Amino acid sequence: MTFEVGSGLSISVILATVIVVAAMLIWVERRLLSFWQERLGPNRVGPFGLLQVVADMIKIFTKEDWVPPFVDKFSFVLAPAIIMTVILLSFSVIPFAPGVGVVDSNIGVLFVLAMASLGAYSVMLAGLSSDNKYALLGSLRAAAQMISYEVFMGISILGVVALSGTFNLREIVLAQEENGWYIIPQFIGFVIFLIAGVAESHRLPFDIPEAEQEICAGYHTEYSGMKFGMFFVGEYLGLVLISSLITVLFFGGWLGPSFLPGIFWFALKSFVFIAFFILLRAAIPRPRYDQLMTYGWLFLLPVSLLNLLITGVIILSSS
Amino acid sequence: MLTLIKDTLTSQVVTLWRVFSHLWVKADTVEYPDEMPYMFPRWRGRIILSRDPDGEERCVACNLCAVACPVDCIALQKTEDEEGRWYPEFFRINFSRCIMCGFCEEACPTNAIQLTPDFEMAEYERQDMVWEKEDLLIDGTGKYHDYNFYRVAGKKIGGKDKGEARNEAVPVNVRSLLP
Repeated sequence: MTFEVGSGLSISVILATVIVVAAMLIWVERRLLSFWQERLGPNRVGPFGLLQVVADMIKIFTKEDWVPPFVDKFSFVLAPAIIMTVILLSFSVIPFAPGVGVVDSNIGVLFVLAMASLGAYSVMLAGLSSDNKYALLGSLRAAAQMISYEVFMGISILGVVALSGTFNLREIVLAQEENGWYIIPQFIGFVIFLIAGVAESHRLPFDIPEAEQEICAGYHTEYSGMKFGMFFVGEYLGLVLISSLITVLFFGGWLGPSFLPGIFWFALKSFVFIAFFILLRAAIPRPRYDQLMTYGWLFLLPVSLLNLLITGVIILSSS
Repeated sequence: MLTLIKDTLTSQVVTLWRVFSHLWVKADTVEYPDEMPYMFPRWRGRIILSRDPDGEERCVACNLCAVACPVDCIALQKTEDEEGRWYPEFFRINFSRCIMCGFCEEACPTNAIQLTPDFEMAEYERQDMVWEKEDLLIDGTGKYHDYNFYRVAGKKIGGKDKGEARNEAVPVNVRSLLP
């Protein structure tokens, strides 16, 4: 078995790495948050508290996996599986390094967007099947938020797609090798994608679907045990996914000085964005729900359309 | 729209930077079991019963502490020795109830009951949270070193008559004032 794009070894290594990284983020997030709040964070289990993840996992696996009697059992069980599955599927088109990846799909960008849309089903099903007012409110918010922010997310990437002339994420990275990172020509697109990414993975400050202070835990109010754990890890997987997408689309993926292998640069850039998302959580308060929607439709949508228009004009006039 | 962009730059970005710059501020956390935090001398912690400079119990079993206690965690019984000194027959504090408010210390007329800067009082058995007089009594004077109730109080006990206390005049013979 060789280590190339699409080989069994490659797939299993990527799957394992992605899940372990997402689990480790539990520790990374708590630690970074506490540094920004002048605390120490979990540092007692293992060196620097690294084994906190193991402890959390043992706890969450041995918890009672309770399905309340009033829920719609099928969709209740299905919902957490969906979010894990679609986000893990999205990782299949990410080019981690030359020769490392699962598929070189010609529709990579579209595939990621499609999977993100399917992710909305997870939270909707979870909220609807829970038969709980807070869960329902949470899933209503989540559905509206994810559907509207997908629009700007798609439009903001289109500038990159237009510049590189391909939907294939690997070829987008290769195009950046020739033309320089797309962060420079597509800065506005990058900012919009970043904001939409936060809303899409409903991380703070856009965690309105699961706002604890208003609606308990939102759509996963009724979940416990490993089903809750899957939502939890799914959120971190989404965080890793958005960070690696930003790296691939705007920061040249694995490109970097050649004294280190490409995968290192990819990991470093992605980690910077993961840390930035955690910083957002530490610093920015949550907006109101209508502010979020107004901001999206009345500000981000025109700006992203304008960005796309100007990009198109520049491409046409320069060719 | 321009104001929105300006607000974003001046408010959100500045906020992000300010929070980020806490990365190089030392954490306030005291890692407690490894290093002890500094306990202030007047910290309201574990309750003790102190002794006067002569080594006698200061407590005169007046019950004021038990009355002042908002959670009724103090129980005691007065008794007397052959010299006429009052002292508690038993003195019991239920620390699983105690809220460390310090009202008993404020109420105490003889500075007997005092709160100390010790908070490590966890027990495995609930019954072990109930402390008897032997557990509460210490060999020192606590926070007030020179105070001795019977030397300043007008009460007559064996070996000290009325009027012999410090800063005290001999009792007036009221009948001698008769015309």
